[in-house]
Amino acid sequence: MNLTIRTGGTASQGEAFIAGGTTMVDLMKLGASSPNALVDLSARRAELSGIEVTETEVTLGALTTMADAAAHPAVAAMPAIHAALVQAASPQIREMATLGGNLLQRTRCSYFRDSRQPCNKRAAGSGCPALGGEDGQHAVLGGSAQCIATYPGDFAVAALALGAEITVDQSNGMRARRPLAGFHRRPGDTPHLETALAPGELIAAIHLPRGAWTGQTYVKLRDRASYAFATASAAVALRLEGGTVAEARIVLGGLATIPWRSIAAEQVLIGMTASMAPAFAAGEAALTQATTSPNNTHRVELGVRAVARAILDAAAQDRDQSGSL
Amino acid sequence: MTLRINGSDHPQPADPRTTLLDHLREGLNLVGTKKGCDHGQCGACTVLIDGKRVLSCLQLAATVRGEVTTIEGLSGGDNLHPMQAAFLEHDAYQCGFCTPGQIMSAVACVAEGHAGSDAEIAEWMSGNLCRCAAYPQIRAAIADVAGQEDLE
Repeated sequence: MNLTIRTGGTASQGEAFIAGGTTMVDLMKLGASSPNALVDLSARRAELSGIEVTETEVTLGALTTMADAAAHPAVAAMPAIHAALVQAASPQIREMATLGGNLLQRTRCSYFRDSRQPCNKRAAGSGCPALGGEDGQHAVLGGSAQCIATYPGDFAVAALALGAEITVDQSNGMRARRPLAGFHRRPGDTPHLETALAPGELIAAIHLPRGAWTGQTYVKLRDRASYAFATASAAVALRLEGGTVAEARIVLGGLATIPWRSIAAEQVLIGMTASMAPAFAAGEAALTQATTSPNNTHRVELGVRAVARAILDAAAQDRDQSGSL
Repeated sequence: MTLRINGSDHPQPADPRTTLLDHLREGLNLVGTKKGCDHGQCGACTVLIDGKRVLSCLQLAATVRGEVTTIEGLSGGDNLHPMQAAFLEHDAYQCGFCTPGQIMSAVACVAEGHAGSDAEIAEWMSGNLCRCAAYPQIRAAIADVAGQEDLE
């Protein structure tokens, strides 16, 4: 159990970057993550944090804390992002956790977190006790025969709905800008590969478009009123024209192995008024492919209702203010 | 690199795996900061770094940048911090184990401007659990301090 911490350079195979540490330190204590070395990013905070606002987008440095982001006026003006940030974790964790780290948040699957249990994500081919086990909070969308661990985050769900992009520092020293769509990987046969980041790559910034939507919301349903992961959540971004939906982006959280965009739900909504019946039809469409067990069937209905409420709330923003968000 | 805690400089612990919480308690005998869950779920270990509330159990000492304030550094000698006095006044504890974390979190909650109503205090103190369920008294103490600051 040797560990070294250094402040410079990149993280090679078997090593990890550490930013806020709120997931990393927790998993290291549990023995669920055992990097040989940590590359401490705290020395780069000045370079990789901060918020820039232009006409068309808000760029957030990857080491910006969730608390600092939520408190910024440009972020507060993006209701989906703001709601996702302030309903995540606790105030203390939001002061520590960074946006880049939050995109990379690891699952809360109790078998993944228990190093005495087999887990295909932790040890390839060792098995998955969640399948047929205590799967009440596991994914009903996007799972595989190897892994049904839920992606637990909120911010990525809202950011994906807005059409966010990320800037990545590549290991060759170059920077590349990529869509957030496709960043998180479904488990398939490789549940240990969670994102499109290659070893040594680091998220440098997150870009959120401004003005692209007339309404945007994030609805989070939890088992307790605060400080809990989503048992189901939905982020919705709408562009309404003359009272009907011209464009929609619907993303589910807490129910899937990755932030889960439902194009089927979007197609149901496009061309309709954003009213009760189409909103519920879109919610139903988002969950038709759900694979459930007796322990988590109830969360399908929660997902339907989260989508419907998010659509209605996003549409209400358009009626409240004719400007765009 | 040294650690600045309650106005004094201290050497870093030798083992890089040491959390700030363990270093405070085991290395520096600052045992006011409590270890509850040790996994970021209860808030008992809350301290301030540069005035912001953080969980010392999830913070490696080696990665601390900024000045740490613990419950021992909050009062000026025998003069209680107003939040400490308000917790006494409102009987905002029973067993007292979560109290140092509650008080540190409460100080930040007021400083952030998140203590404007009972509901707002409840939401912004949700990271601090109290198994004795002294929540109404804790919220009353915080509202009291927030109100005093508004009058000043």
